[in-house]
Amino acid sequence: MGINLKVKIGKLQLNNPVMVASGTFGYAEEFKDFIDLKKLGAIVTKTITLKPRMGNPPPRTCETPAGLLNSIGLENPGIDKFIQEKLPFLRKIGVPLIVSIASEGDSEEFVSLARRLDKIPEVSAIELNISCPNIKSNQKPETSNQSYKLISQDPNSTYEVVKAVRGVTKKALITKLSPNVTDITEIAQAAEAAGTDAVALINTLMGMSIEVKAGRPKIAMGTAGLSGPAIRPVAVRMVWEVYKKVKIPIIGMGGIMDTSSALEFFIAGSSAIAVGTANFINPRTTIEIISGLEKYLARNKIKDIKELIGSLKI
Amino acid sequence: MPKIKSKVKSQKSKVISNRNIKDNYFEIIIEAPEIAKSAQPGQFVNIKVSDGIEPLLRRPLSIHRISYQPPAISRQQRIKNSIVLLYEAVGKGTEILSQRRPGEFLDVIGPSGNGFNIDRRPLTVDYRPILIAGGMGTAPLVFLAEKLREVKSKKAPAKAGSRQILSNGREKGKMLVLIGARTRKDILCEEEFKNLGCEVKISTDDGSRGFKGYVSDLLAKELSAFSYQPSAIYACGPKLLLKEISRISCERNIPAQLSLESHMACGIGVCMGCVIKVKSKNAKGKTDDKYSRVCKEGPVFVANQILWE
Ligand SMILES: Cc1cc2nc3c(=O)[nH]c(=O)nc-3n(C[C@H](O)[C@H](O)[C@H](O)COP(=O)(O)OP(=O)(O)OC[C@H]3O[C@@H](n4cnc5c(N)ncnc54)[C@H](O)[C@@H]3O)c2cc1C
Ligand SMILES: Cc1cc2nc3c(=O)[nH]c(=O)nc-3n(C[C@H](O)[C@H](O)[C@H](O)COP(=O)(O)O)c2cc1C
Ligand code: FES
Repeated sequence: MGINLKVKIGKLQLNNPVMVASGTFGYAEEFKDFIDLKKLGAIVTKTITLKPRMGNPPPRTCETPAGLLNSIGLENPGIDKFIQEKLPFLRKIGVPLIVSIASEGDSEEFVSLARRLDKIPEVSAIELNISCPNIKSNQKPETSNQSYKLISQDPNSTYEVVKAVRGVTKKALITKLSPNVTDITEIAQAAEAAGTDAVALINTLMGMSIEVKAGRPKIAMGTAGLSGPAIRPVAVRMVWEVYKKVKIPIIGMGGIMDTSSALEFFIAGSSAIAVGTANFINPRTTIEIISGLEKYLARNKIKDIKELIGSLKI
Repeated sequence: MPKIKSKVKSQKSKVISNRNIKDNYFEIIIEAPEIAKSAQPGQFVNIKVSDGIEPLLRRPLSIHRISYQPPAISRQQRIKNSIVLLYEAVGKGTEILSQRRPGEFLDVIGPSGNGFNIDRRPLTVDYRPILIAGGMGTAPLVFLAEKLREVKSKKAPAKAGSRQILSNGREKGKMLVLIGARTRKDILCEEEFKNLGCEVKISTDDGSRGFKGYVSDLLAKELSAFSYQPSAIYACGPKLLLKEISRISCERNIPAQLSLESHMACGIGVCMGCVIKVKSKNAKGKTDDKYSRVCKEGPVFVANQILWE
């Protein structure tokens, strides 16, 4: 029976709704030994910035109950090297390529990055990472992330950045939201009003873990972003809240490990999902979910994945 | 470091045996022909010790040896088909691993990382490598010693097996292995190294056997007694030990390769989590600091490249 897994994210047509989460897939090349990259719905790159970033001091990661804390600090080669060294491989894969970008300063950086990417035909969409909790790298652990507000923690700043980027690109625009807010729907609506084609949620949840004997944080920066199955219920809840308030598609993520966790996100209102931390544990997770979704739909006589989106009975 | 082109594989691999050697030390043999075929000393595998999400991440373990399929009738038939890992049960993950039984399957990714750069020059009196193992750092060095012996005896067939005693009482052409352990009970692989024709010296923190003190102190002592320059140092162990070995080797201009540990989230080079700071030349030929991935550019680094925190 013909099962339809195709979904649309703005003008972006995906063969299936399974993509990867920024920062968990590198620039795809490392995964070519594990999976057939052509089967993915879309590839999202590690976030890039205008200038290269060295990232935060180590230790940068630690395992927590069913979760992972990270404070990488957006280590990336910068857009020039990205275009020179990473794009040649990415452009040949033949699935929609979504480039994630962030700014170290103001919205001008987002605009310049978007302008550059707008000229590259193989870039299908731009994802605005306005929600990375680890970007204040030059501060000491005690002061990190205090008195520092993410763009996606403020509806007005969110609106301004999205609007500014919308003005310079016709490519599909995705805005990635932070869960570290009181009301995520406010931010999602601001992004929608400013013209984003989709919202992606959630980025990592701020957390901390302490090495008791030493009395020190396990991550050099002190606080870090939590990902993995531990955050899934928060993510599913936020997708559902946002789904009720916006008309644009939602890309859901946060602790997706397998088909059944992916299905939670569709039912809550995601049009597509992204696999993050699970790529580290089982590099074939994405591919297994794609075939798992097909099987699930067939077994339940559902012809089109779209029937599931937001189908929560409540 | 050499660029090893071997493809990293992810596969369900059968446990052949999982033996408690002593105390909390275990040796596990896993059937993994693809990994065994291409693995190089210093490379590691990343193991999912249990199904499910606790613990969430894989655990990195060095390849301790490549084992041969018994019965080995002729050289051609000795198919390398399994890998041997030596580990200490220190926490949740290694504890669970120690309980896995023969016949069960583990998800193994590998061989990962760069591995040691193998010095292929023949062993001579003034040309011998020193292998330094601190604690669990012994694990990859046995594989290294095997490989060094293999390539060195190939290069100098005439000398292979000939045990010349030199005027200072040392045997010609022997690798020197320094094993550092907490106590005499923690000494690992002494026999293995001896069987490979290595000269073995031991240090223990508490002096219960051999030199009392750290193995880096033993190294310093040995070096001052040497009448020649060792050809190379290969070391694996805790960070502070490696830092000290790095200082000694740089001071004395002995090329040293150190295998480092780091907490790893992915182990395949995508998360940027496992980095250490190193010196690197930029396009203009100037040296810059940068972060380098232990799981990809490492775990083996040239000592004078590392910027210790
Ligand atoms: C390249 C490499 C090779 C290694 N080879 C060996 C080996 O051959 N034999 C051996 O016994 N051990 C080896 N280790 C250390 C081994 O990975 C840790 O002992 C193990 O991960 C501990 O897991 P756990 O769940 O038992 O401990 P826990 O403390 O519960 O682990 C918690 C988290 O910290 C990480 N972690 C804890 N200790 C270390 C450590 N020393 N290095 C890296 N991550 C750590 C774990 O992976 C896990 O993510 C190696 C480490 C690396 C990086
Ligand atoms: C190591 C690591 C690095 C990440 N880097 C980025 C990044 O560069 N940009 C970004 O938008 N999100 C980044 N994220 C967040 C993920 O894209 C994702 O939103 C989050 O991890 C939740 O999904 P998961 O639980 O499936 O991992 C990173 C996450 C991890 C674990
Ligand atoms: S552990 Fe992820 S890059 Fe090394």
